[in-house]
Amino acid sequence: MTAYLLRRLVSLSLSLVAASLVIFLVMEVVPGDPASFMLGINADPGALAALRLQMGLDEPLPLRYLAWVAGLLQGDFGVSYTYRVPVSELISERVMISLPLTLYALALSTLIAFPAGIIAAARRNSAADLSVMGATQLGVAIPNFWFAMILVLVFAVNLRWFSAGGFPGWDAGFGPALKALTLPAIALALPQASILARVMRSSLIDTLEEDFMRTARAKGLSRSQALWRHALRNALIPVLTIIGLQFSFLLAGGIIIENVFYLPGLGRLVFQAITQRDLIVVRSVVIILVFAVIVVTFLVDLAYAAADPRLRRQRR
Amino acid sequence: MSIATSTDRTFLRMALGHPAFVIGFVLSSFFVALALISFVWTPFDPTKLSIANKLQTPSLHHWFGTDHFGRDMFSMIMVGARVSIAVAFVAVGIGMIAGVPLGLYAAARRGSFIDELIMRGNDLVFAFPSLLLAIMITAVFGPGAINAIIAIGIFNVPVFARLSRGAALSLWTRDFILAARVAGKGAARISAEHILPNIANLLIVQGTIQFSLAILAEAALAYVGLGAQPPLPSWGRMLADAQTLISLAPHMALFPGFAIIITVLGLNLMGDGLRDLFDPKLRRER
Repeated sequence: MTAYLLRRLVSLSLSLVAASLVIFLVMEVVPGDPASFMLGINADPGALAALRLQMGLDEPLPLRYLAWVAGLLQGDFGVSYTYRVPVSELISERVMISLPLTLYALALSTLIAFPAGIIAAARRNSAADLSVMGATQLGVAIPNFWFAMILVLVFAVNLRWFSAGGFPGWDAGFGPALKALTLPAIALALPQASILARVMRSSLIDTLEEDFMRTARAKGLSRSQALWRHALRNALIPVLTIIGLQFSFLLAGGIIIENVFYLPGLGRLVFQAITQRDLIVVRSVVIILVFAVIVVTFLVDLAYAAADPRLRRQRR
Repeated sequence: MSIATSTDRTFLRMALGHPAFVIGFVLSSFFVALALISFVWTPFDPTKLSIANKLQTPSLHHWFGTDHFGRDMFSMIMVGARVSIAVAFVAVGIGMIAGVPLGLYAAARRGSFIDELIMRGNDLVFAFPSLLLAIMITAVFGPGAINAIIAIGIFNVPVFARLSRGAALSLWTRDFILAARVAGKGAARISAEHILPNIANLLIVQGTIQFSLAILAEAALAYVGLGAQPPLPSWGRMLADAQTLISLAPHMALFPGFAIIITVLGLNLMGDGLRDLFDPKLRRER
C-alpha cells in the first residue's frame, strides 16, 4: 500500500504542476500583455505601469510562474484588480455557496439514482424498468440550465414554494439557506442522477448474472435477500467511480446553475471577472476548481485501493 | 459485389427493425433538415425586429410565437439548429482528427515513453472540466462560435484518443495483424489499413454520443454568453433571453428547450441503436 500511495502521490503532484502550467500559459498568451488586456486600449500609462509592477510583468516568465505557484501554496492568489481585495477573500466567501451546492446535488443524485437503478435491475424488463430507462434517457438529454428555468417557472413563479433566486446567506440560518439551494441542487442533480441510475442498473445486472449469485440462491436465500446481501455490495464499485467523477461535473455545472439562480458562488464570480477582464480572478477560480477535481479523483482512487487490494497492483 | 449488397440489405433491415435507432434517426434527421431548409427558407426573417409584434403566444401565423423583440421564434429555432449542428459537427471532427491518430500512434508504440506522454496528456485534459476550459479560452480570446468550437473540440480529443488506443491495443494481438507484419507492413500502414477500418464502427457510435454532448455544451456556452454572438440566433442564447421573461412569456423558454432535448435525445437513441446494430454480441438492454 505504501508503494502504491507514493506512486499515486507523485502522479498527483505531476498533474497539479501540469495543470498550473497550462492555466498560467493560457493567461499569458492574451493579446498584448495581461496588464494592458485588463485595462483596455485607453489605459492611463501610470495605472498600466502600476499593474505591471503588481503582477511582476517585468520579471522573466519562469520566475513569474514560480512566484505565482509559491503564492498559491501559501493561499495567496494575488489581489483582484476590480474588487481591490485579495482574491483569496473573494474565493473563500464564494466557496461557501458553491461547495455546499455541489455536495447537496451529489447527495440528491445518489438518493434518486440508487433506488431507481436497483428497482430497474431487480425487475428487469418490467414496466418499472422501462419507465426508469425512459426517464434516464430523457434526463441526460435535458440541459440543466433549462430544467432550472422550468423549476423556477413551476415552483417559484406559479406555486411560490421557493424564491426564484438569490441567497440569504448562512447567517440567515441553515433552513432558509438550504431552501435557497434546493432548486439549484435539483436542477444540477437530474442529469447526473440519470447517468448514475443507468450505471447502477447495468452494474447490478452484471453482478446478478455471476456464479456466486446462483450459489447464494442455491443455499436458500430468496431473490431479494441475495440481492441485498451479495449483489449490491459487489455492484457498488463502478457506481462509486461514477460518483467520484460526478463531483467534478457538478462543481463545473454549478457555475452555470449559479447564474440561473443568481447565487453569489464561484460561478457568478468567474463570469463577472470575465466581463471585467479581471484575469487574476479568472485564473484563481479556474485553478481552484481544477485542483479540486484532480484531488477528488486522487482520493477516489485511494478509496478503491483501500477497498479492493487487487487494484493496487494494476497501473490502469 | 453481390455479397456486399446483401449484407447492406441485411443491415438496413435490421436497422429498420430497431425501434430506438429508427426513432433516434427520425428525430435527428428532422433537425438536420430544419437546419438545411433554413438556408433557403424560414417563415420570417429571424433577425428582423418588430416591436409591435413582441411576445406573441404561438398562433397559426407565428407557430412558436415571437420573442421580446418580435422576432419569429420558429425561424430562430431553424437557424439556431444550423449553429448548434455546425458547432457540434466541427468540434467532434476536431476531436476525431486529432484524437484518433494520437490513439493509434500510442497503441502502435504501446508501452513507450511517447505512449505514456500521450495518455498522461489525455488525463490532464480530462481533469479540466470542459466548461472551465471553454471559460478560460473565451476569457482570453473573447466569446464567439469559433472559440466555443475550439473549447469543445479540445475536450473531444482525449475521448477519441483513449477509445482508439484501447480498441487498437486488442487488435494488435490478433493474427491478421501478425500476418500483415509478416508481410512487411509498417506500423503506420497497419494502423491505417487494418486497425482503422476495424474500429470505425466504435468511432461512429462514440461520435454520435459526443455529437449530442457537444450540442448540450454549445447550448450551455451560448446561454452564459460565451457562444455564438448576436444577431446570429442560437438555442442557448434564446434561453438566456427567455430567463428574465419566464413568467411573462414561458413559450420563449419552452420551444428552444424542446429543440435541444429532442435533438440530443434523437442522437443518443441513434447512438445506442448503432451500437447494437454494429455489434450484436454486445446487444443488451442498457
